[in-house]
Amino acid sequence: MKKTQNVLIKGTKDGLTLHLDDMCSYEELKRELNEKLTENQRVNNEHPLISVSVKAGNRYLTDEQKEEIKTLIRQKKNLVVESIESNVLTKLEAKQIMEEHEIVSVARIVRSGQVLEVPGDLLLIGDVNPGGKVVAGGNVFVMGALKGIAHAGANGNSNAIISASIMMPTQLRINEAISRSPDVHGNEERREMECAYIDENEQIIIDRLQVLMHLRPNLTRLEGGF
Amino acid sequence: MGEAIVITSGKGGVGKTTTSANIGTALALQGKRVCLVDTDIGLRNLDVVMGLENRIIYDLVDVIQGRCKIHQALVKDKRFEDLLYLLPAAQTSDKTAVEPEQMKVLVESLKQDYDYIIIDCPAGIEQGYKNAVAGADKAIVVTTPEVSAVRDADRIIGLLEKEENVESPKLVINRIRNHLIKNGDMLDVDEITTHLSIELIGIVADDDEVIKASNHGEPIALNPNSKASIAYRNIARRILGESVPLQPLGEEDKGVFSKLKKFFGVK
Repeated sequence: MKKTQNVLIKGTKDGLTLHLDDMCSYEELKRELNEKLTENQRVNNEHPLISVSVKAGNRYLTDEQKEEIKTLIRQKKNLVVESIESNVLTKLEAKQIMEEHEIVSVARIVRSGQVLEVPGDLLLIGDVNPGGKVVAGGNVFVMGALKGIAHAGANGNSNAIISASIMMPTQLRINEAISRSPDVHGNEERREMECAYIDENEQIIIDRLQVLMHLRPNLTRLEGGF
Repeated sequence: MGEAIVITSGKGGVGKTTTSANIGTALALQGKRVCLVDTDIGLRNLDVVMGLENRIIYDLVDVIQGRCKIHQALVKDKRFEDLLYLLPAAQTSDKTAVEPEQMKVLVESLKQDYDYIIIDCPAGIEQGYKNAVAGADKAIVVTTPEVSAVRDADRIIGLLEKEENVESPKLVINRIRNHLIKNGDMLDVDEITTHLSIELIGIVADDDEVIKASNHGEPIALNPNSKASIAYRNIARRILGESVPLQPLGEEDKGVFSKLKKFFGVK
């Protein structure tokens, strides 16, 4: 029987790519990986670090296994693991990704004392009254008056935006940044069709809705998918 | 089979008790059998506003704890021929003396005998509120044109919307002062209604007569000449299903414009 290679090393201009077979057992793979990397270790110390990206094919690697492979590669001189990619996801991960990319539409008024939380984008058809709060992992779109608190990108997404038909919030939060309404309420004009985003200085800026197409082109999801 | 209406507001001092007394009185004036229930245990005053304090023998807690029958605790209002009754709250216990389930049973049995049960709710959103709401079919939220009162009304509406037994609440805006609204120093009716986005069932102007009447133990609704009285009577008629237009608020001002309007017969 011809022995097939379980680990294939390819050189690219960015470094090395390790193709790992997805049919053999994990133990076997680890052993062969170790062997291959040891025999190839003829580089001298002057060489700069080589980045390695690992492609696991259709094998699901748990976090522990990923860590194991990383340490295995790291033990060899001059090698740094850039990424470990696998074609497969667990259902849980897939569901999470789906939820994070989903726009949840809700038709109601978020009243004082109420909190509305969604993992992905929130499309609220109604108002957020003072004392009410909406929290989204992604963007917040309010098709009504936003007078309470809105928190977008709550799981650490600084690219998230908040938009509202009438923008009069008590507080806006995007990721870690917080901005509040001015203390003096002059007879300000109605703030209609506005959006809030984080600029380069980590500050929340409120601007016309139309600036978003340039600042956050990712908002366009015409192609769908992720 | 009658219906139970809870009068609530969240914030204290906006006129829940006055509104309860007057809506109850106005409904009785329309010939309905009405029972007022004061659930503000420990801080009762619906009996004082109604001028029935000296007739109380048993109270709500006595009924709940089985020390007396319901009809023994009910205080009859002499001004009406067998139409208006009050179930007073206890003054010596506190809100924890009653459970929402018990209130439900009590209100249910009152509904057999009366057309309307008007439940006066205590301020706050704790046990007292939960007791008051437990047996209600409908709710009236009272607010004043103040930001704090509107904020609390918003909170209460949010809580009421979660109650399955209660229909979507109606709004009464109390203590409206025309001159303040005109100067922009007070929220106006439209602003409040759009903000809370529930149906407006009545507006009551701020009127010294209301306070005078309350202190005399005579609900203002009995006095046909007062503007506030008309407002309460209109609310009662709206509860009965009549469509009564809201009174124009600007009646008091005798400005050139309103004179002109009157001159041309514009209402």
